[in-house]
Amino acid sequence: MIRLEHVSKSYTKEGLPALHDVSLQINAGDFAFIVGDSGSGKSTLIKLLLKELEPTAGTITINGRKLNKIRRRQIPKFRRDIGVVFQDFRLLKDRNIYQNVAFAQQVIGESARNIKKNVPKILSQVGLAAKYRSYPRQLSGGEQQRVAIARALINRPKILLADEPTGNLDAKNAWEIMDLLDEINRDGTTVVVVTHNLEIVRAMNKRVIQMQKGVVRDDGADWEDDGPVYRGGQVSTYGSDYFGEQPGLAGEESAADGFFREGPFLNQSGDGGGDED
Amino acid sequence: MRISTFFYTIKQGIVNIWKNKMFSLASVATMTACIFLFGLFYMIVMNFQAMVKDAESGVAVTVLFDHGISEQRIEEIGELIDGRVEVSRYEFISSQEAWDYFRDIYFDGNEKVAESFGADNPLANSASYAVYMNDISMQSALVTYLESVDGVREVKQSATVANTLTDFNRLIGYISAGVILILLCVAIFLISNTIAVGISVRREEIGIMKLIGATDYFVRAPFVVEGIVIGLIGAAIPLGILYVIYGRIVTYVAEKFRFIGGMMSFLTVKEVFHTLLPVALVLGVGIGLIGSRITIRKHLKV
Repeated sequence: MIRLEHVSKSYTKEGLPALHDVSLQINAGDFAFIVGDSGSGKSTLIKLLLKELEPTAGTITINGRKLNKIRRRQIPKFRRDIGVVFQDFRLLKDRNIYQNVAFAQQVIGESARNIKKNVPKILSQVGLAAKYRSYPRQLSGGEQQRVAIARALINRPKILLADEPTGNLDAKNAWEIMDLLDEINRDGTTVVVVTHNLEIVRAMNKRVIQMQKGVVRDDGADWEDDGPVYRGGQVSTYGSDYFGEQPGLAGEESAADGFFREGPFLNQSGDGGGDED
Repeated sequence: MRISTFFYTIKQGIVNIWKNKMFSLASVATMTACIFLFGLFYMIVMNFQAMVKDAESGVAVTVLFDHGISEQRIEEIGELIDGRVEVSRYEFISSQEAWDYFRDIYFDGNEKVAESFGADNPLANSASYAVYMNDISMQSALVTYLESVDGVREVKQSATVANTLTDFNRLIGYISAGVILILLCVAIFLISNTIAVGISVRREEIGIMKLIGATDYFVRAPFVVEGIVIGLIGAAIPLGILYVIYGRIVTYVAEKFRFIGGMMSFLTVKEVFHTLLPVALVLGVGIGLIGSRITIRKHLKV
């Protein structure tokens, strides 16, 4: 479970905070999207969740642990419960697919015998069993992202964070990756996907957390008497002032027929995507 | 730590060196030069020390007695000499023994001339104590003392030999210490530079490792291994070279400086390597370790 309570993060004392008073809860086993344009604070949020950054104020609790209570030396162990996937895959170019995935197990000190057993298993789960000897440059973007997902999953994390996982992919590959993430979620892993890709967000029909200028505009939950009810795939509530400004993203119709079209549409809102902070 | 992690660390360290060939090579070369010079000076100092030791045990202070001294007084003087800590041993040489020795050396082949002395001992008054020392630097103190002893006519010493040897040995010691110190600093600097390049080349990988949950140890250890391996190779090469050329150097020096050949007695290569090998290896590993630690501390804040 991920819980943020009144979390703020400022990089400088004078400037606007990257995150301002963010409160949020994502339950174990959930699938949630985080959307927002450049500078909305998505990347800062991811970094806070990984304890790469410390919040200026507020508390973050992940899997029952308060992040500010985790000492520096314990950070590695903490991170092993969180798998991460990035827009640019971040595979090691000089190692083949098998080695890239095995690397994640070597890092945590897994025995050679278990590594030999686990790596082929996870590679076949992401559909790359046959290509274990290939190098990243020999794979398509979608395949590389699968390797990255395999690497993120092999240590059986409770949470999978995906930062723009489809940002560098064409529509077909993007969908395959989303299907894979959905499957992983159905197996019980909490999945949080940061994305610009509204078509995917709408079609997946999952909870959507919308961020803008460092605050949560809508956390995708309606509070009923017996707790939160998540609205699936809804981004339209604030679409007019956020997405409406972006050319080519104005109408639902054009979005629909652009769905499987590679190029400006899918990636259009991804300019400056992953590293806006 | 798991065994697999241990091997992973070692392997990555060696892979680092290979990926970073040019810098590794430069580091190994500097280390080689450094350890080579160290070994060379070490050998010189060791040999000189051995020679000084030899000379020390060979150099004697000769104590001559007053004319007409009594046997008893001679014995008393002997006891006084024996009481001194710097004296390793002493022996009495009677005037007859002195003459026999002298005659053997200087009238060798001219026995007839020697015989002309007949029963007269020209060295009749030359009975003496030959005093051998265990610490040659105390020689002048001993001489001063002996000269003040009643019944001693004269104390003969070979101070110049002893002093020159000790001074020379010390000079070589200082020079080699200075040169080696400078070289050590250069070697440490170069190794730390090599490791820094290795770290910058692998920034991305390190970033990924940290995100996956690698411990500080896991991230850092390969770079320490890299430093140590460079240090070891940089020590092994010059040790090999020195082992091979030592014999030749000794022969060369012995031939060139034959005029002082009598004082020269060289250690065998085994004797030298008995201490040089572990010292140089420890030095190599130490330089590698320090060099990599410095860089890791500076560039790898995990």
